[in-house]
Amino acid sequence: MTEPLPAIVLIGHGMVGQRYLEALAERGATATHRITVLCEEPRAAYDRVHLTSYFSGSTPEDLSLVPDGFMERHGIALHLDDPAESIDREARTVTSRSGRVFPYDVLVLATGSYPFVPPVPGKDAPGCFVYRTVEDLLAIEEYAKTRTAGAVVGGGLLGLEAAGALKGLGLATRVVEFAPRLMPVQVDEGGGAALLRTVESMGLTVHTGVGTQEVLTGEDGAVTGMRLSDGSTVDTGLVVFSAGVRPRDGLARDCGLDVGERGGIAVDSRCRTSDPRIYAVGECALACDGRVYGLVAPGYEMAETAAEDLLGREREFTGADLSTKLKLLGVDVASFGDAHGASPDSLDVVWSDSRSGVYRKLVVSPDGVLLGGVLVGDADAYGLLRPLTGSVPPVAPEQLVLPAGLGPATRLGPASLPDTAVICSCHNVTKKAITACSTLPEVKKCTKAGTGCGGCLKVIGRLLPAAADKGLCGCFPYTRAELYEIVRTRRLTSYREILDAHGREEARGGEGCEVCKPAVGSVIASLAPTLGASGYVLDGEQAALQDTNDHFLANLQRNGSYSVVPRIPGGEITPDKLIVIGEVARDFGLYTKITGGQRIDLFGASVDQLPRIWARLVDAGFESGHAYGKALRTVKSCVGQTWCRYGVQDSVRMAIDLELRYRGLRAPHKLKSAVSGCTRECAEAQSKDFGIIATANGWNLYVGGNGGAAPRHADLLAQDLSDAELVRLIDRFLMFYIRTADRLERTSTWLDRLEGGLDHLRDVIVHDSLGLCAELEALMADHVAHYRDEWAETLRDPERMRRFVSFVNAPGTPDPSVRFVPERDQVKPDLAALTLGGTVR
Amino acid sequence: MTVELRVAEGWLTVCELSSLTPGRGVAALLPDGSQAAVFLDRAGRPYAIGNQDPFTGAHVLSRGLLGWAAGRPFVASPLLKQRFDLESGRCLDDEEVAVRTYPVRTAAAP
Repeated sequence: MTEPLPAIVLIGHGMVGQRYLEALAERGATATHRITVLCEEPRAAYDRVHLTSYFSGSTPEDLSLVPDGFMERHGIALHLDDPAESIDREARTVTSRSGRVFPYDVLVLATGSYPFVPPVPGKDAPGCFVYRTVEDLLAIEEYAKTRTAGAVVGGGLLGLEAAGALKGLGLATRVVEFAPRLMPVQVDEGGGAALLRTVESMGLTVHTGVGTQEVLTGEDGAVTGMRLSDGSTVDTGLVVFSAGVRPRDGLARDCGLDVGERGGIAVDSRCRTSDPRIYAVGECALACDGRVYGLVAPGYEMAETAAEDLLGREREFTGADLSTKLKLLGVDVASFGDAHGASPDSLDVVWSDSRSGVYRKLVVSPDGVLLGGVLVGDADAYGLLRPLTGSVPPVAPEQLVLPAGLGPATRLGPASLPDTAVICSCHNVTKKAITACSTLPEVKKCTKAGTGCGGCLKVIGRLLPAAADKGLCGCFPYTRAELYEIVRTRRLTSYREILDAHGREEARGGEGCEVCKPAVGSVIASLAPTLGASGYVLDGEQAALQDTNDHFLANLQRNGSYSVVPRIPGGEITPDKLIVIGEVARDFGLYTKITGGQRIDLFGASVDQLPRIWARLVDAGFESGHAYGKALRTVKSCVGQTWCRYGVQDSVRMAIDLELRYRGLRAPHKLKSAVSGCTRECAEAQSKDFGIIATANGWNLYVGGNGGAAPRHADLLAQDLSDAELVRLIDRFLMFYIRTADRLERTSTWLDRLEGGLDHLRDVIVHDSLGLCAELEALMADHVAHYRDEWAETLRDPERMRRFVSFVNAPGTPDPSVRFVPERDQVKPDLAALTLGGTVR
Repeated sequence: MTVELRVAEGWLTVCELSSLTPGRGVAALLPDGSQAAVFLDRAGRPYAIGNQDPFTGAHVLSRGLLGWAAGRPFVASPLLKQRFDLESGRCLDDEEVAVRTYPVRTAAAP
């Protein structure tokens, strides 16, 4: 007979309990233990942090934290709706409410916390609730249907969440906070004041510095109002208590485990209680630093610690950083480090703008070390400020709190990152290693940074000493914007002419280089309709200027094959066209993947297949998607008013209109866009170069957003625009960007660099301060009038078709080095085939 | 006029000179199954180097853009942009790497 596996009993299946199970599973410990979980709630672990999202459309199932089949796969017995009632430490058993007895070798308490309800008269009347579980939410939702006003007792993090939920249910909502300000734990007085103004501007009523003395009830015993400590009474049909939480340590107390004076199961740095067979993790535990942590991140840390300790591995939990950044009622709130200035002699540097509801405070030591801070209303700087905590920032603290546009260098750049920050993650190169070099070639040679994916090149560029020479490359002493003006005013359309007349002396008459050729080619293509030149990128001398992607109108992939992306405007496609894409992919053996821009990428085409693939696609009505060009990619959309119950405008139609208007437009870099049909922003428009969000009155236009390696939220440029106003503003915005941006500069970095920033941009393209708008609009009108599909044109022209061969001396022979192997029912590049016979680095 | 490459078997005719675009390249399949990248500079002079990019293994150098560094022509790989001198085959961004070169000439069509 084999020994039975050691038994683990976990009491509590909340977020931390589930994390403990996952930590065991990741370490293989679920195979070597019998695990039983006792859960009080009728549902398995769910995301309590995002409970409020239930009111914006999430279902309880969306909130679930348990992957499908997790319990079965790991042989875990989960008992829902059957909480533990007692622990017998001598017999090493747990008895549940249903009377079952579970023996244990190891017991883990993850019982969490319960909401604290102040002992006021009437607190148990019908209409009084707490805000903790999905069941609480469902009960509040049901009760709110018969009431018009609600009140939340407690103005902390959870209280404001609850208030947002009541407001979302259509109740006139008030918040009663005993402390003199909202969110007293996280923010200081100034931050609380900024938060108060913003919360009040949303229509909530806030009482601070008053307590709740009594819940008033009517004849039927249900809640009708509250009496406050200042003697006043307020009417309310529903009360939610959210006045803090207390550790649930009752089971531990009853079985004689050590608990703290003010509650919490005492644990050591390995999360063991006073009984070494019993662990306690999460909100029910009193950590060895004497604190109870109510945040989920420290709870997860404790779960990992307990799992490691079970396996005899070293890991300690000795306390956690309480830094947080969150969005409450749509307001950014962040606090980090010593947010309250508790350190002796600490000094505050404060910026407060009541008008915009922005408050920023940094706490510094007398010798300039950043100790902590509070950010309300705009917490974008949190990501850079938090890693700087404990060091002397490279910029004076007063500059760090000023808004962009006031004072110099107000936006924190990579210069402020600590020396140990990893800049190139492909080769694990730190900022320190990079700043030891002085030029980009030197960086590449000495550190290999920037030679992998290249995603860090921009940051590296900003870390290196700015070259006095702002020229585009070794061939031109001008920036891209200056070259644009030269091409525009001199009406030049030949690269050689431009190089020989305006290049550096030593470069004239020469070959140019791989940097300026595509840049000048793009400028010529942008201006071509206006200059009367052929805008077709493959024509004449321009054919030699384009990167291989533009040359073959497809995207080069790592094994020398290309990918193909047909345009699917707005992401809307008919079943018939979808079938054509599927048939083409199948017939040519292409790997297919859905892109982030709501289209379909077909990978693995050889150059000689491209025209045959496109003949089929053009025939079915597809056009080039310009995925290969520095040009408009897609205008993504949500389904909008037509289908969605929340939509307020037809976002799909607008996305299609915009995509068709700007398709083929050549720009300094790729352009992405999106249109959301309501403020829920499912199309993620604020991460795009230009993003549009529908309002009840029209459209809001956001510009300068970016995802990628340097994410940036787009800035709101104009509100409640009509269709025509929106299109006119985007026309101007795009043409102004194309005219003034640097080579390979996305709108986000361009806008950050633009002198005067967003205000200047608004002056130029909304108020026409430079008198440019008519010209910008005319340029766009020319573009729209002259657009032609590049692939349809190419297929019609035998001369252009000649380049689509793998070998000039063997047309029709496919490249034998481009081979594929199967993976997940599709193909992938056979990279081993590439190294055959060659010495590859 | 044709463009010819010298390989082990002797001079190999690759293509008409007129089928090359100044500033760009084409790939040629050689008798031993290897590949060459053939370029024409703006002055009309042809060059030929191995087509395989030593940094990625892909046979793509013929699809790079030509440039000038210190008066000498180079091609920049279209994948990760390392530059290779067209006359010596040396990589300008990593001195330990080089690609092979082929003697190349133009000849009157027979």
